Amino acid sequence: MAKPTASIGKNENSTTDNSVDRKGFISWMTVGWVAFSAATGGFFTMMIRFLFPNVLFEPPQSFKIGYPDDFTKGMVDIRFKKKYAVWIVRDQSGLYALSTVCTHLGCTPNWLNTEQKFKCPCHGSGFRKTGVNFEGPAPRPLERFKVYRAEDGQIVVDKTKKFQQEKGEWENPESFLELA
Amino acid sequence: MIDIIKHFINVISNPTISFTLLTVLAPLLFPPTDWFEKYHFKFGFNRLWKKEGAYFMFSCITLFLIAGYTDEFAIKILTKPDNIPIVLMFYLIPLTLWLAMNQAYNNDERLARGEAPLEQNDPKDKVLVWPDLVYIELICLLLFMVFLIVWSVYIGAPLEEPANPAATPNPSKAPWYFLGLQEMLVYFDPWIAGIIFPIFIMGGLMAIPYIDTNKKGQGYYSFKERRIAIFIFMYGWLALWVYLIIVGTFFRGPNWNFYGPFELWDAHKVEALSNVNLSEYLWVKAWNQGLPENILAREFLGFVVVILYFVVPPAILAKTYLKEFYLKIGSTRYSTIMFFGLAMLSLPIKMYLRWTINLKYIIAIPEWFFNI
Ligand code: FES
Repeated sequence: MAKPTASIGKNENSTTDNSVDRKGFISWMTVGWVAFSAATGGFFTMMIRFLFPNVLFEPPQSFKIGYPDDFTKGMVDIRFKKKYAVWIVRDQSGLYALSTVCTHLGCTPNWLNTEQKFKCPCHGSGFRKTGVNFEGPAPRPLERFKVYRAEDGQIVVDKTKKFQQEKGEWENPESFLELA
Repeated sequence: MIDIIKHFINVISNPTISFTLLTVLAPLLFPPTDWFEKYHFKFGFNRLWKKEGAYFMFSCITLFLIAGYTDEFAIKILTKPDNIPIVLMFYLIPLTLWLAMNQAYNNDERLARGEAPLEQNDPKDKVLVWPDLVYIELICLLLFMVFLIVWSVYIGAPLEEPANPAATPNPSKAPWYFLGLQEMLVYFDPWIAGIIFPIFIMGGLMAIPYIDTNKKGQGYYSFKERRIAIFIFMYGWLALWVYLIIVGTFFRGPNWNFYGPFELWDAHKVEALSNVNLSEYLWVKAWNQGLPENILAREFLGFVVVILYFVVPPAILAKTYLKEFYLKIGSTRYSTIMFFGLAMLSLPIKMYLRWTINLKYIIAIPEWFFNI
């Protein structure tokens, strides 16, 4: 079989040839490609890692919030906002759990006690204590979650079941807890 | 004295006033018709694009910034690292605008005298895109990267603490280049302001070369030959984009309320903004009834208004004022222009409706996530 004669850059007739021979060339190429793939691979691994959050927010979906006496009539309880993303509102006849997710684009509004409203800092949507939207761009009221009494008398909020006012679901007896 | 000026600026910053001013000024600055042009010259707006105009704009901006940097409230906004690009834009936008308009006016005068535009004197030899232009672009890109890196190291590029869904900063502002979008979101449903409008903006800009096939002004600066096109673009760009960014940066404070640039951000400022949908205006306020059960019956007026808005003005204009234009460019181009134009115009209309009569949505069907 004829020997391949191609070489790089040099006259192949020259006998004092210190250029890279075929075998050396291939191994250098291999080293180069491995290094290149490693660098690119590392880069993309970092890129993909970047897409995943450093902080995960996955609290239990169903949790106990205490006994009825823990809540004062007419008050919005913001203790569970940070951990479970709900507000507990105690009105004259009972109690309900409001989602803290703005129905416009999902920011977290603040409860302003003096003005008696939830106000979103992103585009200014306002919600009444009941969760009904009345100012700004939010197209629908805040969502409510299922509330019920556990056997030990504590109140449980179950976020897997939500109730939307615009679908008439706030009439559902599971969406609020009647208390004396 | 300075306090009076600051107070005055605070008052006119209120969007109802400042946006109206801008809308009135736009056709005087970039006169699209002879009528406006008359007043453009009468009030001396043309001098803005002369040398003295450049000095004038430069001093106004500098005075505003001096007032801002010495003001206890405005300095917080101006020195926020996020906002530095906007401070730069205060100079860059008028500068680029002036450069273009100044040359355009020079050429307009030459053309009026029957001479060829100034660009005719440019050397006639040609260079290649590759490598001549691409090479320059590469160098610019590298220099700009170096600048950005040095700058971000210098100001300690503002990364914030890890995300926490329970702590939303108040106000929560998007990066400066998105503040125009964020401001649109105040007036429209997220679907429209966040997705449909951005697609329209990009699609509309891409469509310009296909719908505007006018050969005038190609290769040389000119205002007069392209005055309507330039006016429409300038209004969209300056009033509906740059202005909204400025509103988002300087006029929006806690709870996304309006504040003047020299005003204390009082988180307890109360603004009564109870919004009402068009269907509620019709059924509840005008007809004194409850809203009907049937969604389509409830919203019928909204549908009628939206459809009429997009159909009637183009049809009337094609028969009357824009008849020649319509015949010249044909119905496809005409309706594309009208559609994008009316969509663009719906933003200021919706803003005014919100500011004046607290109108929320013209069609409001939260049940289907369909709100206009
Ligand atoms: S996310 Fe709450 S108002 Fe837009």
